[in-house]
Amino acid sequence: MTSRLPQAKGGFNFDNHVRNSAMDGKGLVLPKATKTGTTIVGLIYKDGIVLGADTRATAGPIVADKNCEKIHYLAPNMYCCGAGTAADTEMTTALISSQLELHRLSTGRQARVVTAMTLLKQMLFKYQGQIGAALILGGVDVNGPHLYTIYPHGSTDKLPYVTMGSGSLAAMSVFESRFVADMEREEAITLVKDAIEAGIFNDLGSGSNVDVVVITSENVEVLRNYARPNERGVKEASYKYRPGTTRVLKSSIRDLVTKETIQPTSLEAMDTS
Amino acid sequence: MFSTYPGQVIVDHPVKVPIEHRFDPYVDNGGTLLSIAGKDFCVVAADTRQSEGYSINSRYVPKSVKLSEKTVISMGGCYADCLTLTKRIQQNMEWYRHAHGKTMSTAAVAQMLSIMLYQKRFFPFYSWCILGGLDEEGKGAVYTYDPVGSYEREVCRCAGSASSLIQPFLDNQIGFKNQESERQTLALDEVLRITKDSFTSATERDIYTGDYLEIFVITSDGVQLTKMDLKKD
Repeated sequence: MTSRLPQAKGGFNFDNHVRNSAMDGKGLVLPKATKTGTTIVGLIYKDGIVLGADTRATAGPIVADKNCEKIHYLAPNMYCCGAGTAADTEMTTALISSQLELHRLSTGRQARVVTAMTLLKQMLFKYQGQIGAALILGGVDVNGPHLYTIYPHGSTDKLPYVTMGSGSLAAMSVFESRFVADMEREEAITLVKDAIEAGIFNDLGSGSNVDVVVITSENVEVLRNYARPNERGVKEASYKYRPGTTRVLKSSIRDLVTKETIQPTSLEAMDTS
Repeated sequence: MFSTYPGQVIVDHPVKVPIEHRFDPYVDNGGTLLSIAGKDFCVVAADTRQSEGYSINSRYVPKSVKLSEKTVISMGGCYADCLTLTKRIQQNMEWYRHAHGKTMSTAAVAQMLSIMLYQKRFFPFYSWCILGGLDEEGKGAVYTYDPVGSYEREVCRCAGSASSLIQPFLDNQIGFKNQESERQTLALDEVLRITKDSFTSATERDIYTGDYLEIFVITSDGVQLTKMDLKKD
């Protein structure tokens, strides 16, 4: 149906609002997005950036994914941790990653971290917090290491050590007690691991394993499942069913191979001239 | 124009419902409990995590209490309500002992608990109760309740935050539902294995279940308690 009203150039469409609220009043339960009740952290050390994340994704009280990836690739020199609505963090980082690659190709220069930060905050602000992505952006460019937090409404912070997600308080308590400027690589990774583990064990929205990414001006190390402090125990019994446990109601077997008989009609060679 | 005063809330759009300030005396402290009755034994098990929202209040708060040599009660829901309810059951059992000179039987405690829950029909105890023990013939007995006192004797039951994960597994493995094979009565060691696997699996997928597992085994020799670790994330 075409509307006689002038069409808005951008923003959201509220055509279905009246219908949706009417259905809501009748008891319609709208589908819920997977939220990553999360612990994500980042810090600046002597040679660059260390990012960390847990690997639990939740849907309400249920663990939806026990080993998901929350540290997303943005550019060769930049990675971004995401907390909040899983789809939003994935799609937002993928979209900005694409824009950064085009930017790199058109300028012939490595993208800067501020550029990524500005693209992300402008996009999130445009959507007025409707895109539930809380991000930690870390990277190293010509101006050195940079670490930002970006909130769903589009505000940003630039700090030497940051945490986000439902486990941010647990993780920040570790950072506040042990962070020092210009740490060595091993020291920095251990601190990030301990901060994430504080989230894993003390926040119910976080759990399973620790992912770490180390970014320096020379290279990037993706340390997937750097620590695995929650291995599942062995089961006590076997739950294999004996054949015949499920009653066979009917059976039919069909031959899926089609048989064809080819009868040559002429022995003359095909004309290929 | 409207005149304003400090603290006045100006609403410039129609409000669907009036703002209500309610007294909300209940919290859900999470956790899972289960009980399975055998031929001459009963198993009562529960995890020991106590939580509120995304926080863990404590990793070790037992949900099960031994009431007599033949009866164990386990409760989940609002921990404050569970504590009070347990205390009242114990007090009533003590009065019964003084009045009649004997300990209450499992069936008698079961009947009494239903009445105690229904007495608070319009301000209920937020508690999911499972009573496990031996009946007068020495057979395993499991009584399950809803928060307002509806109760039933069953063979196995799981309650609490991971009940929807464990109950179907129990129906299949203990009740032999959806299986063609002959229904059999399980031995104690088999029941214990299924109990432990139920909890380690629920811990994997339910954020409110974990930390430690307490298993009470009730036989004619009395009540024996064993503890084991669960994952702590």
